[in-house]
Amino acid sequence: MSEAGGTAVVGARALRKEYGRDAGLVRAVDGVDLDVAAGETLAVMGPSGCGKSTLLHLLGGLDRPTSGELWLAGQRIDRLGERALARLRREAVGFVFQAFHLMDELTAAENVELPALLAGVPPRKARRRATGLLEQVGLADRAGFLPSALSGGQRQRVAVARALANEPLVVLADEPTGNLDSESTLDVLRLFDSLHTAGQTLVIVTHDARIAATADRLISMRDGAFIDQTRLTGGSTGTLGALAGLEG
Amino acid sequence: MQQEVVLALLAKEPSHGYQLRTRLRQALGPVGDAMNAGQIYVTLTRLEKAGLVISEPSAGAADRPDRKVYALTPAGQQRVADWLTEVSWPRPDLAEFHLKLVAAAAAGLADPIAIVDTQRRELLRRLRDAQRAALSEPARSVAGLLLEGIVLRLQADLRWLEACERTWTTRRDDHE
Repeated sequence: MSEAGGTAVVGARALRKEYGRDAGLVRAVDGVDLDVAAGETLAVMGPSGCGKSTLLHLLGGLDRPTSGELWLAGQRIDRLGERALARLRREAVGFVFQAFHLMDELTAAENVELPALLAGVPPRKARRRATGLLEQVGLADRAGFLPSALSGGQRQRVAVARALANEPLVVLADEPTGNLDSESTLDVLRLFDSLHTAGQTLVIVTHDARIAATADRLISMRDGAFIDQTRLTGGSTGTLGALAGLEG
Repeated sequence: MQQEVVLALLAKEPSHGYQLRTRLRQALGPVGDAMNAGQIYVTLTRLEKAGLVISEPSAGAADRPDRKVYALTPAGQQRVADWLTEVSWPRPDLAEFHLKLVAAAAAGLADPIAIVDTQRRELLRRLRDAQRAALSEPARSVAGLLLEGIVLRLQADLRWLEACERTWTTRRDDHE
């Protein structure tokens, strides 16, 4: 495998994360190699406890690996200092979580502009950007609403808009449809699909086959390791007609 | 194309073949893309021979099938009525795949988990194709409803594959 970091937005070599010790040792991530290319949508699927959330936290610099190399936006981050890592994370990564993690006392627009304000963007510019992002996720008319006045799907779309606030190189999403009914899931699917089309690099960890199926590439993870990897872009071996029972 | 489907398309009013094709296309959306355009005329000719349909050339046109107006005969109407009340539902062929896993494990010829993985890859590709088509349909489109059915079925199959993987992983580990 070649040196990571070059063209890949996210890269990992022999990545490990262990908890506990001796008999209680848990290898949450157990020797993972990974490159995510710019513009690629990657899905990591696996049952709960397989280590996929831990992996996502490592990739986004929210957690430190036990060993291995980690690259983000062309920089080696596994040994980066806390402050430099925090800055890189703010500038290069957008996070979307299963439970939305919105600030309950802030409106949708205030939630979306927050990351830009924290990054030092002037308030008027941050607000303008937030307005544009809410429009992009189809919630322009909900800008002044508190999260409690929004449906689950709308909250997750606000969270996606917030993740995009600093024009991140990569969006990392942890079970983004995990708390949603099927109607809302469809809204979020549409949104991720449009981000994909717009060239946004995306890494999604999930056990929802629907959102995994929006990816270019799919990795199956078990017990901290990758057990299977497949491209979904090649197309299936039949037509849509055959899937509906029209032919054959 | 199933004969009853073409008959039922005629139940609304006597129609040209191309009008039936338009109705089919609207109902099927992208699912009907790969359908052969001539198929409907083949079916109409068969139905006419069976006495379920009669045709008349439209005014001034030669005896070309694409110029004829087709209508249901009383027997054709009866067939449509029977078809609409008939209970028919395709049976999924799960036993074959199940037995494949059983045989692979018993004979030690192949790893059942690897077979499950291969199958899952194919189903996920199908899901991706169907879902992309579904996402590009306008909301509440009739064709979108068919695509939703495809997507839901594939999700159910994928959930069953998860169960297959769990069971065969446990059994393999027990034997080691």
